[in-house]
Amino acid sequence: MALAQADVLAGLKEIVEEVAGIPAASVEMDKNFTDDLDVDSLSMVEVVVAAEERFGVKIPDESVTDLVTVADAVNFIVNASK
Amino acid sequence: MSITVAPTGHSRILSVGTYRPKREVPNSEIVDRIESTDEWIQQRTGIESRRFASDDETVISMAKAACEMALKRAKLTITDIDTVILATISYPFQAPSAATELINELGNPKAAAFDISAACAGFCYGVAMASDLVRSGTSKNVLVIGVEKLSDYTDSDDRATAFIFADGAGAVIIGNSDQPRIGQTIWGSDADSRDAITLTPSFLEYKKNPAKGVGELGWPNISQQGQVVFRWAVYSMSKVGLKALEAAGVSVDELGAFIPHQANIRIIETMAKEMKIPDSVLIADDIRTNGNTSAASIPLAMDRILEEHPELHGKLALLIGYGAGLVYAGQVVELPPKP
Repeated sequence: MALAQADVLAGLKEIVEEVAGIPAASVEMDKNFTDDLDVDSLSMVEVVVAAEERFGVKIPDESVTDLVTVADAVNFIVNASK
Repeated sequence: MSITVAPTGHSRILSVGTYRPKREVPNSEIVDRIESTDEWIQQRTGIESRRFASDDETVISMAKAACEMALKRAKLTITDIDTVILATISYPFQAPSAATELINELGNPKAAAFDISAACAGFCYGVAMASDLVRSGTSKNVLVIGVEKLSDYTDSDDRATAFIFADGAGAVIIGNSDQPRIGQTIWGSDADSRDAITLTPSFLEYKKNPAKGVGELGWPNISQQGQVVFRWAVYSMSKVGLKALEAAGVSVDELGAFIPHQANIRIIETMAKEMKIPDSVLIADDIRTNGNTSAASIPLAMDRILEEHPELHGKLALLIGYGAGLVYAGQVVELPPKP
């Protein structure tokens, strides 16, 4: 069953806060990981691996660069869970 | 009819020696060509400075200096060495091997000698082979060298790699022991990710396209997919580390030090976190002032941590080498005794 977008966003907020020390409240759908949240490319890998574990989905290496905004990541995870 | 073999024994690291090139290169010398900053480089890699070899500091001269230090510390001479294993990707000749040039320079041209190409895992591959050669009785004292002059194969204008790679040499001598002091090696490859770290083009391209030359074809420089390598290094190599501990029957809190390949401080720290390495274990961070010296990084880091923490002599350390291939090897070793 597909995960709900709101649940994924809530989980991702916690992950970003834990991995990169960014307050969960500022992790919103329209935010750009690099420019707005200062999540660098290596921290992004940590976020991706934590998201894989938490949501039980696969996010392949070649897809990581496509996850530019929080919405990109949320939508990818929702689709991958279908 | 039966075959007689030498009695099997045990192995240990008798000593370590190093050579660090004279010229120290701070980030400030690198940043202009790649439009970066000292802060950016330190934040992403931990590197503050590195050392680049001059024209007269060659793969062989650096390896020789490291070997001479290791021999002196082990109170051995070059004629006590019967086998030389040299790990490098930056010796500029296909043949004969760097190891044979080295034994000539060291003054024992009769020793068994060969190179191994396992990139940043090369030193741990060498330790694995040397340990088994000693245990089987094939060899008595083996010099294992990791040496690189990566500044020859680094594009100073590449924003992804210009600040990472560096030069240097480290060597250990592996000899007989009264009891096991080098654990079983856990090694292997993930060669389906061969493209993650490459050194291209092939030299043959220059022969095939003589009119183009280096200017058009480019020089064989190292390039890497940073995120792919980071993910593999942290999450796959931490599992390799735990397997090496298990194979040696050593728990993580029995370690004195964790000495992984010095690729990036973020990889090292995240790997240590994944492996739940306790604060009591010292973690090598030679990368901060020496950069990523590929095959040389582990013996360089070993020597540095022993110099800064002499109480570690004779204590256990986990080594993990990993790099282009992708290939890896890890083992628990007892650090060499105080010279």
